[in-house]
Amino acid sequence: MAAELHVALVAADREVWSGEATLVVARTTSGDIGVMPGHQPLLGVLESGPVTIRTSDGGTVVAAVHGGFISFADDKLSLLAEIAELSDEIDVQRVERELERAKAEGDAAAERRADVRLRAAASR
Amino acid sequence: MGAQLRVYKRRIRSVTATKKITKAMEMIAASRVVKAQRKVAASSPYATELTRAVTAVGTGSNTKHALTTQAETVVRSAVLLLTSDRGLAGAFNSNAIKAAEQLTARLEAEGKQVDTYIVGRRGLAHYNFRERKVAESWSGFTDEPTYADAKKVAAPLIEAIEKETADGGVDEIHIVFTEFVSMMTQTALDDRLLPLSLDEVAKESAPKGEILPLYDFEPSAEDVLDALLPRYVESRVYNALLQSAASKHAATRRAMKSATDNAGELIETLSRLANAARQAEITQEISEIVGGSAALADATAGSDR
Repeated sequence: MAAELHVALVAADREVWSGEATLVVARTTSGDIGVMPGHQPLLGVLESGPVTIRTSDGGTVVAAVHGGFISFADDKLSLLAEIAELSDEIDVQRVERELERAKAEGDAAAERRADVRLRAAASR
Repeated sequence: MGAQLRVYKRRIRSVTATKKITKAMEMIAASRVVKAQRKVAASSPYATELTRAVTAVGTGSNTKHALTTQAETVVRSAVLLLTSDRGLAGAFNSNAIKAAEQLTARLEAEGKQVDTYIVGRRGLAHYNFRERKVAESWSGFTDEPTYADAKKVAAPLIEAIEKETADGGVDEIHIVFTEFVSMMTQTALDDRLLPLSLDEVAKESAPKGEILPLYDFEPSAEDVLDALLPRYVESRVYNALLQSAASKHAATRRAMKSATDNAGELIETLSRLANAARQAEITQEISEIVGGSAALADATAGSDR
């Protein structure tokens, strides 16, 4: 059993992150799921939420993912999302403003997106 | 300066100005092609992974889904035609429109109704001028399409295919776009998006005959497929939009390059004519002077006598 996962986090218009990891935690529609090397082949629908990737050199990468899929086979894991941002790329102040606006306008989807971004940014 | 020469000079000036403009447009288009190609390349990991996932569900489960099963009798088809907003791109738009018309004619010959969806002002203008019905159209983003644009275009198509045929839904979706083969070659082609033929998709994603793993679906195969197929359509539309944009810029570049070359040739021909006219003018002036002085000399000689 290989001790590493090859992870590719891809958004619709770019590859956001790729590399080796030991654990990936993501939120599917039926709950959080953790994938470690040697997991059984899996294909799931992702909820919008933060995805945590524990890299093989001990670091942690957190990304905000808005909808998409997780697919895993042969120790290759791909996270497909229409929109995905690494926590480092998130501008907290801007997202807070977005959250305010979404709340004021009662836009639940935008509020949820902003919330996910903030949570991803908080855990970096 | 003689009238003839002045006319030539004026034409040379105007052609030179045109040449400068076409040259600039050529260079702008060239830099945009590179950018568009990069975007096509950047979108491919998502498309590849998505295709793999669709194949996995399609082959790994016996799920029947409206988007993968062929309707027994196809009553209505949707045709999505991708053109550009602006012209000056040689035969780019007319080729795409021609391809769409051939497809429409073929579908109609098979007894299907055709709903036309159009991206780009050029295609829309063509259909409006001929007073043909267009189901829906979009414009304003053909030079640099984003994923949000692709979603906007794909949404009514997905809605239409999910609707019952009796309520105005469609049974299949075709897309006509210009494939970017290389800098020199772009071909307009049509492709059936839905219903998906899984054999073809499988061939694309696993050409080496590799066996796909048996997936565990979360929450279930039906739900995964339900979520996957709209995304698949969006990603295909996005890819087609990007390729169309790249092709359009390449076609513009080529058209502008030949316009610049032609302007150069025209300037050369006109300069030759202008030189000949100037030479003729000088020759005429000399002969006038010589003739005049000879006449003067004759006159003085005569009066002396």
